[in-house]
Amino acid sequence: MSETPAKIDLNNLKAGGFIKERGKDLFTVRLRVPGGRMSIPRLKKIADVAEKFGGEFVHLSVRQSIELININYKHFDAVVEELGEASQKVASCGARIRVPVACGGCEYNPNGLVDTQKNALEVDEKLFGTPTGHHKFKVAFAGCPFDCPKSATNDVGFQGAVYPALDRDACISCGLCVKNCTPQALVMGADNKPHFTSEKCIWCGDCVKVCPTAAWTAAKTGYTVRIGGKWGRNPLVGTVFAIFLPEEKAVDFIAAVVAWYKEKAASLGRIRLGDVIIREGAQALIDHLKKDFPEYVVTETVAPQVINTQAGVFTVSGQE
Amino acid sequence: MQVIDLRGVSCPTNFVKAKLALEVLDNGTVVQMLIDDGEPVKNVPRSLKADGHRLIGLQQAADGHYVLELEKVEE
Repeated sequence: MSETPAKIDLNNLKAGGFIKERGKDLFTVRLRVPGGRMSIPRLKKIADVAEKFGGEFVHLSVRQSIELININYKHFDAVVEELGEASQKVASCGARIRVPVACGGCEYNPNGLVDTQKNALEVDEKLFGTPTGHHKFKVAFAGCPFDCPKSATNDVGFQGAVYPALDRDACISCGLCVKNCTPQALVMGADNKPHFTSEKCIWCGDCVKVCPTAAWTAAKTGYTVRIGGKWGRNPLVGTVFAIFLPEEKAVDFIAAVVAWYKEKAASLGRIRLGDVIIREGAQALIDHLKKDFPEYVVTETVAPQVINTQAGVFTVSGQE
Repeated sequence: MQVIDLRGVSCPTNFVKAKLALEVLDNGTVVQMLIDDGEPVKNVPRSLKADGHRLIGLQQAADGHYVLELEKVEE
């Protein structure tokens, strides 16, 4: 009792990121790693700090964070300061815009169509920690329709997309694009040239990548944007609200969605965006987004889709 | 024409095998590569194109595998 209380800068705790553990006085410190990209010097610094203040391991979170385990709250300031020497910041928790997740993007991954890493950094810089007033808000960037980050399970999920266009004179009828087109949007016509059915296309750009003569080119590049996804106890899969949204509009688009969410969820308490869309109807959000993004927003869509993950039948023996 | 048989080898071993075979050829040499249907025919031509080689044509053989004609291009 005679001990003087530890001095802690409570401003460090404002955005969250310090999560209570089971053990007395112990916290998990969640680090801010947008897009999962970690420079080697930062990684070394984190290892040093974890060794000095934490437990015997760190945890790699599902959303690409490194979490320091078993940090005593009395060391918060020291941990923040030492991490800061390598520009490493602490992440967030609670009803805020979270650190965006992203795949490796297009710099070294041959499937990547867009620079997801650049977008993740930009969103992190401009929107990280913004309070939503209601619930958490998650953003993910996938570079192509393989969608490793599972973009549709986020409040706003971006998926790289390419609209292909064919220069028929440059086409040598090799058939590689048709062979590569998984959704069969391309079929070889009687004229021995590929024929394109846009309704079947998922905008993966495989035809552009494989074309030996560059007869296929990207007429448009951007993001397919799905909104209203979440996982957890009541999973929802987000649905398409915009197509070929340019990379440089991603931040403004998220901000417009958050503005609508804040307004429509007023008085509804702790509710996720997807459930608000189900209440208001998808068209209400389309109408809102059309104002600022008329060229990219879809004319119609469906509300986020409920997934019944509890459908299995189980009878507890003795309680029939 | 030299034939490089990549059949029965899965990705990405088939691509690495193709790279090794191309290494010893002169720039401008045209070769045929025999590639299995499925993932290999989707991946290998694309990867060879990304390495800078010129893809000339692709045809399916009677027994189902593909024959890729390619010119070695060294940058």
